[in-house]
Amino acid sequence: MLCTNKHHASALTLGILVGLIGPAKAFTAYVSNEKSNTVSVVDTDRMETVKTIKVGQRPRGIELTKDDRYCLVAVGDDDTIQVIDTKSGEVIANLPSGPDPELFILSPNGKVLYVANENDNTVTIIDMEKRVRLGEVQVGVEPEGMGISPDGKILVNTSETTNMAHFIDTDARKIIANVLVDSRPRFAAFKNDGSELWVSSEVGGTVSIIDPVTHQVTKKINFAIPGLRSESIQPVGINITKDGKTGFVALGPANRIAVIDAATHEVKKYLLVGQRVWHMSFTPDEKYLLTTNGLSNDVSVVDVASLKVIKSIQVGELPWGVTISKQ
Amino acid sequence: MIRSAVVALVIVLGLDLAARAQDTLDIKIGYLRRAQRQETISLVQMPPPDNGLAGAQMAAKDNDTTGRFLNQRYLLVDLHLKAGDDPATAVAELARQGISLIVADLPADDLLKAAEAGKAHRILFFNAAATDDRLRQKDCRANVVHTAPSRAMLADGLAQYLVWKKWVRWFLVVGSHERDKLFAAALTRAANRFGAKILQQREFKDTGGARRTDSGVVQIQQQMPVFTQEAPSYDVLVVADESEVFANNLPYRTWDPRPVAGSAGLVPTSWDASNSLWGGIQMQDRFIAQFKRLMTALDMQAWTAVRMIGEAASRQNSADPKTILDFLKGPELALGAFKGQKLTLRDWDLQLRQPILLTDGRTIVSVSPQQGFLHQFSELDTLGYDRPETQCKLQ
Repeated sequence: MLCTNKHHASALTLGILVGLIGPAKAFTAYVSNEKSNTVSVVDTDRMETVKTIKVGQRPRGIELTKDDRYCLVAVGDDDTIQVIDTKSGEVIANLPSGPDPELFILSPNGKVLYVANENDNTVTIIDMEKRVRLGEVQVGVEPEGMGISPDGKILVNTSETTNMAHFIDTDARKIIANVLVDSRPRFAAFKNDGSELWVSSEVGGTVSIIDPVTHQVTKKINFAIPGLRSESIQPVGINITKDGKTGFVALGPANRIAVIDAATHEVKKYLLVGQRVWHMSFTPDEKYLLTTNGLSNDVSVVDVASLKVIKSIQVGELPWGVTISKQ
Repeated sequence: MIRSAVVALVIVLGLDLAARAQDTLDIKIGYLRRAQRQETISLVQMPPPDNGLAGAQMAAKDNDTTGRFLNQRYLLVDLHLKAGDDPATAVAELARQGISLIVADLPADDLLKAAEAGKAHRILFFNAAATDDRLRQKDCRANVVHTAPSRAMLADGLAQYLVWKKWVRWFLVVGSHERDKLFAAALTRAANRFGAKILQQREFKDTGGARRTDSGVVQIQQQMPVFTQEAPSYDVLVVADESEVFANNLPYRTWDPRPVAGSAGLVPTSWDASNSLWGGIQMQDRFIAQFKRLMTALDMQAWTAVRMIGEAASRQNSADPKTILDFLKGPELALGAFKGQKLTLRDWDLQLRQPILLTDGRTIVSVSPQQGFLHQFSELDTLGYDRPETQCKLQ
């Protein structure tokens, strides 16, 4: 009974809070499951998988179009990017992505898609309206990470064996700078104001902060977790809050994400999530951060304000990427 | 003999020469190998003619792609020794061409001769092939880096898995050649280190003859059960047969129904064409696209050697062998080689730390070090000779 009373009291308080900040909105997360060849559809309010969509072979990179009408998923072993209609949950088209697509990124206006083709050292450029290939840019060996500046003018691709971040002028479709980073760079993310580029190095175990104007590495973030070998700390996914104050870095087999003060670049905290965490996505209101945990076949839900892991949601086998719709 | 070999030198790379500026840094790498073709029992395991070289070529191309952005150019020169050729003469010839970095696919004695000859020319060698423990112990050299795992590392990787599996009672069968005995010694050391027991050891004598014959299978089916009968009750037959005389005839033919590991059955190796872990599938795809064949362990060891050079040269902007070795020995090296973690160099014997894959030739069964084999510095140092055990004095 005491329990119920307490519950009641906190529910009342919550009621007042809800009145102030509005209820947690229901969004829809799409999770690519590399082994199952499916996309799990997760209701972020109910915090459970509500639907599973069959896709092509080896789905990895996943992103919604800017209007949330379509969910794009790279199915590397089928050498294409599939277009899922988010209303019907059906695959309705394939994009000419070039061979073995893994990660890709849309231009801020949503009109152009840039795709990293791991096997032939290129970035493929696709017109989203006509769904045709516009061209390609030659980059380093095993291109993977893709980041784009908020104004859409600079595309950054990281190449895993070349160990570089390539800065590409999107108008000229030419490389304008190459920055050496630590071993096996996997992911690139700009701050929302374009002031910094963050690049994670999976094998090197660091995140490089790069000045997008001077193309210099201004700082390197290192990670240390008591009781864990440094080799098992392998940074991959990066998400930075819109206000530019907090960064999250997924640390792979360390089974943790690092919380970083994005102003000082100091690690504030490590949060234990599922096993082999690779990629993450914020809900559109940035209340939650979802992480894909490949080896435990689940998604962890992080409460961004309290920095607590509040829930694990079962998805398919080897979840890889995640993207979240406003609907 | 050397002269004729030199005429056949192949400049493998040096792409888009015109596109690069005058002040391009050339990084010339020699690939020195001895003509030898290991006959194998299995027809599908016959080493291809460019075994190893192909891996070096792919890494040189990878380095060169990176070099386009750094104004560096990577050149690979292949020198193939014929029977009777002196490795020292070959080294002098490569030095004359301005080469001070050599990847070696040579037997231990040839490698030591080459290393001695290379001293005067400040040449740094990368041993991509020889697994001999003595090259990391009393015969170690300050100008030889090892990307090939040692026999001790291979044996330790296998033993850890067998112990984890609780297959600790071993029946050890050893070939009659020197290198078979060296591998058996490494397996015995591994058994002692990790708590396995060798209940009995038998020698399989090489009496000569062909590895494969038209209807040999009929006889083998009779011979192998007889050879393995009356063994004490064991968990696993561990076999040391680097000479490829009999090991691959053991699985499914032992008197007792027992698994086989070592030179056949479950085999420890640095790489296998079935490995798709840790982005390995990308490596396999790129290799098959370029060479139209599967990637071998020797290919991987040569790839790793040339990538190590590229890693050092790209970060130091130098082709100087001392600068390169200093970088490789230092804390900055974090080589990505599709092994799930960074690879670094043991500074006491210049051996590359690396996980050991265990394969049945179709899939990767496991990867060592196994969980629970702990180490105060790096779990990879549970494989092979660790710092406190080393007899190596680098000079």
